[in-house]
Amino acid sequence: MTDTTISRDHLPGPEVFTQAELGWVPWLEPLAEDDLSERHWTGLVDASRAKSAYFALLARDPDILGARTRTDKDIFYNTRSGLPRAERELAAAATSRTNGCIFCASVHSRFATHHSKRGDDVQRLLDEGTDSAQDLRWAAIIDAAVALTATPPALTPAHIHALRSEGLDDLSIADVIHGAAFFNWANRLMLSLGEPEVPAAG
Amino acid sequence: MTATPDIIDLLAGIEPGSPVDAIRHERPETRAQAQASFDALFTPAYPGTVSEQERYAVATFVSGLHADTVSRAFYEHGLRAVDGSTGVAAAVLTELDLGYAVGPFGHYPSPRLADENTDGPRYRVAGAHRDILGSRLAAALEHAHLLVFRPREASREALQTLLDAGWSTTDVVTLSQLVAFLSFQLRVVSGLRLLGVDLNAAVDKPTTASVDTTASVSTLRGL
Repeated sequence: MTDTTISRDHLPGPEVFTQAELGWVPWLEPLAEDDLSERHWTGLVDASRAKSAYFALLARDPDILGARTRTDKDIFYNTRSGLPRAERELAAAATSRTNGCIFCASVHSRFATHHSKRGDDVQRLLDEGTDSAQDLRWAAIIDAAVALTATPPALTPAHIHALRSEGLDDLSIADVIHGAAFFNWANRLMLSLGEPEVPAAG
Repeated sequence: MTATPDIIDLLAGIEPGSPVDAIRHERPETRAQAQASFDALFTPAYPGTVSEQERYAVATFVSGLHADTVSRAFYEHGLRAVDGSTGVAAAVLTELDLGYAVGPFGHYPSPRLADENTDGPRYRVAGAHRDILGSRLAAALEHAHLLVFRPREASREALQTLLDAGWSTTDVVTLSQLVAFLSFQLRVVSGLRLLGVDLNAAVDKPTTASVDTTASVSTLRGL
């Protein structure tokens, strides 16, 4: 028997890049909470993620989901050293802006704004794109994320030197690389397994 | 007991005790989970109905599209180890020649972003190879190309094409994770390889630190 995609009534999609909260609807059937085995719960990592259609869909292959989630958490939340959280989120937002993932860009631009308190600079990245006017340090991070996001990857020694001249140490440069690389993973799942929607006002 | 080699170290040429090795060990969880991700996709405890040949064929194609010859050779070796005499490996390599592109490109669904729409090759498997690859693997390569180069053009219809070619819903999740994970792994490899060259040069020739190599990129943009 051939499976089929699912099509539900949903709200309109976003028309432009935005920091507003968006919803996401899957094109394939997520697992129902009642059908989750111990392996599925382990793959979800946080039990609350079973309520998310995105994670409940990815739970169909729980082992890779679990490893994906633990990779994600360490790259973005392990901030005892290295690049500040705001700039990891900036790399994620710039990557998402480049690949065209409006949903991922919304989440991580919001985080970048929250942690940097620089909402106008973040909004300019969304409105005008990755070539928008930014200070040297943010420009170096955005440029490196964009270059690494190209296929084939186009990061050069000049990008590394620009990051270093803006004060990033080697661990922080590796954090930029990992933040941008991870969103090349996340963008492709979010963009290809469902679509964003604008929640109803209020 | 021999430890399993860390695949990112292997592909990026990171030697024990090198500067990049030390940086990776400051993020032991990232290092371990990137490896666990590779293991989950290439030596899965529960492989389901996605074959080892399919996994390595897609990985050979995706790493080749990233123009990473070391990584492509690694996955191609894996493919040939399971391929037998089916001709799939040879067909995938020929398809690679037809699939090269530069990305990301593509059209946005929203007309308000139309100014940013760009075009590039929308790859299809050559007719002569469909019989060798089979409809299931041919559909997977076409979908992988879509995800690698123009993820913004992904669609419900593209998933239905996979389902129609014999991929189950769960298989599609595994295939999507495979291509998306490789998009991560190949960029970590590319980035760390570059960082390693940079740091090894600094170790070998500490006096070059005074040379200003940043002037060409550190231009203030409009502020």
